[in-house]
Amino acid sequence: MSQHNDTDHITGRSTTGHEWDGIKELNTPLPRWWVLTFYATIIWAFGYWVVYPAWPLVSGYTAGVLHYTNRAAVTANLAQLEALRGERMKALGTASLADIEKDPALLALARARGKTVFGDNCAPCHGSGAAGAKGYPNLNDDDWLWGGTLDQIMQTIQFGARSGHAKAHEGQMLAFGKDGVLKSDEIVAVANYVRSLSGLSTRKGYDAAKGEKIFADNCVACHGESGKGNQELGAANLTDKIWLYGSDEATLIETISNGRAGVMPAWEGRLDPSTIKAMAVYVHSLGGGK
Amino acid sequence: MTKNVTSKELMGGDDDLPLYAPQKKIYPQRVSGTFRRIKWGLMALCLGVYYLLPLVRWNRGLGAPDQAVLIDFQSQRFYFFFIELWPQEFYYFTGLLILAAFTLFLMNALGGRTWCGYLCPQTVWTDLFYAVERWTEGDRRARIKADAGPLTAARLARRALKQAIWLIIAWWTGGAWVLYFSDAPTLVKDLATFQAPAIAYIWIGILTASTYLLAGHAREQVCLYMCPWPRIQAALTDEWALNVTYKYDRGEPRCSMKKGRDLRALGEKIGECIDCNQCVAVCPTGIDIRNGAQLGCIQCGLCIDACDNVMKRIGRPTRLIGYDNDINVQRRTSGKTELFKPVRSRTVVYAALIATVCAVMLHALLTRSLLDVNVLHDRNPVAVKLSAGAIRNGYTLRFLNKRGFDRVIAVDVDGPANAQIHIVGVDSVTPDRPMIVLARDTTTELRVLVTAPFDEKAEKTQPVKFRITDIGLGEVASATDHFVTP
Ligand code: SF4
Ligand code: SF4
Repeated sequence: MSQHNDTDHITGRSTTGHEWDGIKELNTPLPRWWVLTFYATIIWAFGYWVVYPAWPLVSGYTAGVLHYTNRAAVTANLAQLEALRGERMKALGTASLADIEKDPALLALARARGKTVFGDNCAPCHGSGAAGAKGYPNLNDDDWLWGGTLDQIMQTIQFGARSGHAKAHEGQMLAFGKDGVLKSDEIVAVANYVRSLSGLSTRKGYDAAKGEKIFADNCVACHGESGKGNQELGAANLTDKIWLYGSDEATLIETISNGRAGVMPAWEGRLDPSTIKAMAVYVHSLGGGK
Repeated sequence: MTKNVTSKELMGGDDDLPLYAPQKKIYPQRVSGTFRRIKWGLMALCLGVYYLLPLVRWNRGLGAPDQAVLIDFQSQRFYFFFIELWPQEFYYFTGLLILAAFTLFLMNALGGRTWCGYLCPQTVWTDLFYAVERWTEGDRRARIKADAGPLTAARLARRALKQAIWLIIAWWTGGAWVLYFSDAPTLVKDLATFQAPAIAYIWIGILTASTYLLAGHAREQVCLYMCPWPRIQAALTDEWALNVTYKYDRGEPRCSMKKGRDLRALGEKIGECIDCNQCVAVCPTGIDIRNGAQLGCIQCGLCIDACDNVMKRIGRPTRLIGYDNDINVQRRTSGKTELFKPVRSRTVVYAALIATVCAVMLHALLTRSLLDVNVLHDRNPVAVKLSAGAIRNGYTLRFLNKRGFDRVIAVDVDGPANAQIHIVGVDSVTPDRPMIVLARDTTTELRVLVTAPFDEKAEKTQPVKFRITDIGLGEVASATDHFVTP
């Protein structure tokens, strides 16, 4: 810059020597601490580039001497969390199901744990709120094919139904039509009879006596004399208001003709025991547990 | 940007302009008088409250913290004497902030930057640090002389002593800060034995550094460059606000004592300012108040004391510099009487707003419930049909017991006809009216199921109200939601 020692006469201060339309610019410099802070931030930025990943390259980025990545940080955090939870999860593993229900802290833990694991594993079939769908039981209600006590629920989760596991629940709804056991008119009669068991309306002029007879001959073995079902066999209660596949005549005819055999997978081996326990408590606490 | 920046470049070469204005060293002189006494008093009060408050005890019963003022981050509670606030009551702090803002506005409308001059922490600590500086290095003249002269061993020793005392004060400031966040006596012991959490040491470090740097070294630079208040204040003030003012109608034209006497003998009209520069010498921001109202003036009133002392010595009436406003300067010049107007629309509005916020907060505080319940309806599924045809809805109820003792509450439901309530995990002796224990000073979250017989004629959604009753105290609270029939 050129030398100039121009002074503004009114303020008595030096000017920068810049002039626009007769207006001169006073030399009002920044305070030293401000300038030094500014340089410090620049130096800081250099440090940052070196230490952390900062620069995009053609096929990647500079890694930085710390080799910091968000992913690694998350993994480390998760590991830390697991370690932190270790104690409590162990307590969950050793306590009996009934004890968990009685201990508010353990119950809260089991419910929280069960809820997330349920979302990850069970929601695809049972729905995220366990409300079920056609063919997939609603776990909120009080109708249980295989029993709704804590132990029964745990058993079902652990080994499944028709899952191929040695301890799985077995039991089939036979295909009375497909296998030629019953004829069409007989199926219609028994379907209407089953509807009458739970107080549903029946087709006008259907043969009630015939339906009852067919039911007595073919169905009571599993569903019981009064149609209340049998949880040992996973036979549905036909007298309640809850129907897994639907209660209209067509659906019932379909069920009786072709049978049903829904599969619940076994979770043993896929989830650790304390998690299965937590899930049993969670499902039980949804409200339908006996 | 790898080139080293030399100090020569920063300072500017011979033919270069400087990049920065070095901090002008200010040597405020000791002064005594009314405003100095007020400032000492307020300093003692502010520092006393700040340093000692965490040590005050307040009995809240067994197991509860007995510190009068405590910000408990871990359990998310704020204790202030008899008040205990929960995180969801954070609006009280919002109220306090609003109150603080309006109070600042009111002070500003009445007396200019009164906050800056007397109460601002930056002022209070800087004032304290100046006192230390005067005590160790002598008053204005001694310091100027010593700074100009060579660096002797004695001078070095005085400087070292000053820095040491500064650091001790700064460290004590940081130490007192952390005491607000944990039980003070325990924390003091833990700090001394290096058992305290790292965060405590970190905060002490931060506060020590900032106090030392801001009060010891940045001083008036904070007021001039860092603080936003002078800018805001300038926009909020009006011509009636009482500011520290040099009454130029009385003081000008200024003239030295001797020359003034001579000129007066010749019949010239001479002002009362004898240009002794005492007002400039004492000013902590190093400005000349005789240039009129300016951003640098923090309204500390010390120049008033300085000038009053001069006026007393030369036998003239005091308050050549005093709290005054521009209107009066003009009125006096044109021979009118002085006029002060503390009650004007601006101050009335501020005062009314302050009173309103106070009243609202007080009302909220006095009527705040110590028992509360919130309800959240299950969304998935919204309703469940049971085997016998009844309908059940699930809710998550959150109970808040803000009292310092456990209590037993009963939960009732007013909903659809014949609705029944069940709390998951609770076997109650009274099944139709479950009772639960709420631990003291906690929230309890429970899953609650309400079952009602299916009624074809009923509305699809009906209101349901959860009432909770403290069995012992009779306190009640309730929350309302809906019962849905699919
Ligand atoms: S001009 Fe006077 S009131 Fe303003 S900062 Fe200086 S000494 Fe204080
Ligand atoms: S202290 Fe009073 S008399 Fe002295 S220069 Fe300042 S205004 Fe004038």
